[in-house]
Amino acid sequence: MTTYREALREGLRDALRRDERVFLMGEDVGAYGGCFGVSLGLLEEFGPDRIRDTPLSESAFVGAGIGAAMAGLRPIVEIMTVNFSLLALDQILNNAASLRHMSGGQLGVPLVIRMTTGAGRQLAAQHSHSLEGWYAHIPGLRIVAPATLADARGMLWPALTDPDPVLLFEHGSLYNLAGEPEADGPVDIDHAAIRRPGTDVTLVTYGGTLGKTLDAAEQLAADGISAEVIDLRTLRPLDDATFIESVRRTHRAVVVDEGWRSGSLSAEISARITEQAFEDLDAPVDRVCSAEVPMPYAKHLEDAALPQPAGIVAAVRKAVNGNG
Amino acid sequence: MTTAVVKQHTDLLRQMLRIRKFEEACAELYSAAEIRGFLHLYVGEEAIAAGVLSDLTAADAVVTTYREHGHALARGIPMEAVLAEMFGRTSGCSRGRGGSMHLFDAKRRFYGGNAIVGGGLPLAVGIALADRMRADLHVTACFFGDGAVAEGEFHECMNLAALWKLPVLFCCENNLYAMGTALARAQAQTDLALRASSYGMPAWAVDGMDVLAVEEATRRAVETIRGGGGPGFLELRTYRFRAHSMYDSDRYRDKAEIARWKERDPIEAMVRRMQLTDDALKALHREVDDEIQRAVAAAAEGPLEPVEDLTRFVYAEKS
Ligand SMILES: Cc1ncc(C[n+]2csc(CCOP(=O)(O)OP(=O)(O)O)c2C)c(N)n1
Repeated sequence: MTTYREALREGLRDALRRDERVFLMGEDVGAYGGCFGVSLGLLEEFGPDRIRDTPLSESAFVGAGIGAAMAGLRPIVEIMTVNFSLLALDQILNNAASLRHMSGGQLGVPLVIRMTTGAGRQLAAQHSHSLEGWYAHIPGLRIVAPATLADARGMLWPALTDPDPVLLFEHGSLYNLAGEPEADGPVDIDHAAIRRPGTDVTLVTYGGTLGKTLDAAEQLAADGISAEVIDLRTLRPLDDATFIESVRRTHRAVVVDEGWRSGSLSAEISARITEQAFEDLDAPVDRVCSAEVPMPYAKHLEDAALPQPAGIVAAVRKAVNGNG
Repeated sequence: MTTAVVKQHTDLLRQMLRIRKFEEACAELYSAAEIRGFLHLYVGEEAIAAGVLSDLTAADAVVTTYREHGHALARGIPMEAVLAEMFGRTSGCSRGRGGSMHLFDAKRRFYGGNAIVGGGLPLAVGIALADRMRADLHVTACFFGDGAVAEGEFHECMNLAALWKLPVLFCCENNLYAMGTALARAQAQTDLALRASSYGMPAWAVDGMDVLAVEEATRRAVETIRGGGGPGFLELRTYRFRAHSMYDSDRYRDKAEIARWKERDPIEAMVRRMQLTDDALKALHREVDDEIQRAVAAAAEGPLEPVEDLTRFVYAEKS
């Protein structure tokens, strides 16, 4: 048995052991053990040079990570929460994502930035948003989102060996997820995974909503509807071949994304399905997203704002049965 | 001592006691799962909210952080409204949408409740700018922790406020830690008042465990600010007795250090100084306990916002 948190820690430990150039830096990663406990114990094991506590200076330490990567190191920078990454957005977009192109291919930024995303813990609007879709908008970045224990353990190393910046999004409500991971080493970060095969509808999701989508698929199976569940794993570049191929078989698609609907990753996926598989569709592509509000604190409102299995089931029924 | 002085001292003590006991009640309610999300308690730091806010008028403004229950109470937001917010009720001061970290009360010029470290400073500059442009020298008290001093926005705001001579009172609650990061491990220069003075504003380091010292320093600073002298800076040296939040196991602080600071408990110090009788102290406790009990009952009975209203307050409602 392991937890998502421990799996991430194992991934970090493995990377720090494999390559001298790897170091972890961020707020409270050392003495505190990481604000979500991911790096607990690593300071004792690797020392303060490689498990480096930083001041509350997101722009400075993310930018410094970019500089260190340009100069040959392999930094892993932790930002506590995606909301706080906005203070470093300038560095991420204007430097990390752009330097290779602006320098005509001379400079690369082999850096990994880890951060927490998502809602579900009543932390209200400044700690709960799912903004990975925004980052997936930016050319020059690779965006990955581990939804399973094996991916939590295994995405970091391939991300570090990528010659370009990789942003790794950990959903905050997954840290206590426990179980037996199917694999215990580096995983493929180029392809989406079919987490549950099915024949009647394709459910496309990733990260924090994978579990809810699988729950919904279970409920649908009891009604005789066979749903295929696809975990994107990498949000940029999108492995559209996998979900397009699936939609060609099932003829229906519902996208489940904790981001807001307007201008979102779910919009992109829906567009690609209509662009590439329009003639295979038996129903319009539907989306289950978060309500278009800053995330509220009160539990009943937060629950109502987030995609839930019941909403996914309803969307699938509508796709399968028409409006009935 | 004149009766006016006795009254002032009693008011300050009562305020600190309200905050302390409110926080203790919150910790219990959190353990009982009545309150959720992040909960950051202010125990140990009460002298600051009580001392600073007693010198502000209703026309002055307040901007603060996620550790703001004390500021909200000292500002005069009713305890029921603060607690109901933490219960996620419609009767809460942010209608249950903000929770512990996002208390707001526009009527009382209480502008939150900001959970982005340093995020409130630019707002304070803007509020003060508006006041100044209307030729009102109302003071905007802006509370933030020592951790915020590392953010770029801190420096940008010190500069703007000083450059434009804005009526801001910067109140840096230096409790020596930003979560688990000790000030000395995050700052090259740990004398924060000195750093503020480099922007050309008067800055004072104040014993934040002494409510009278806080009150006096505030009075002096507010006088300069209202006189048009531009911003002032108080570095309030304090300590939080509890962990950063309810999730924090507090492994990074030395027990002896915590014990040493607890000897300087601002409430006990004030009780000693006022030479209160046991009876007088008991009466004060009872008064505060009653208020808390009423607030808990009212908050627990508050209605929940209907789910159909989830998407309200994203844009202005047309009347
Ligand atoms: C921009 C940003 N980065 C990180 C955090 C996470 N965080 C919340 S509180 C905190 C510590 C802040 O310490 P300090 O400013 O000293 O205030 P205190 O908690 O001591 O009152 C951190 C790192 C945040 N809320 N915002």
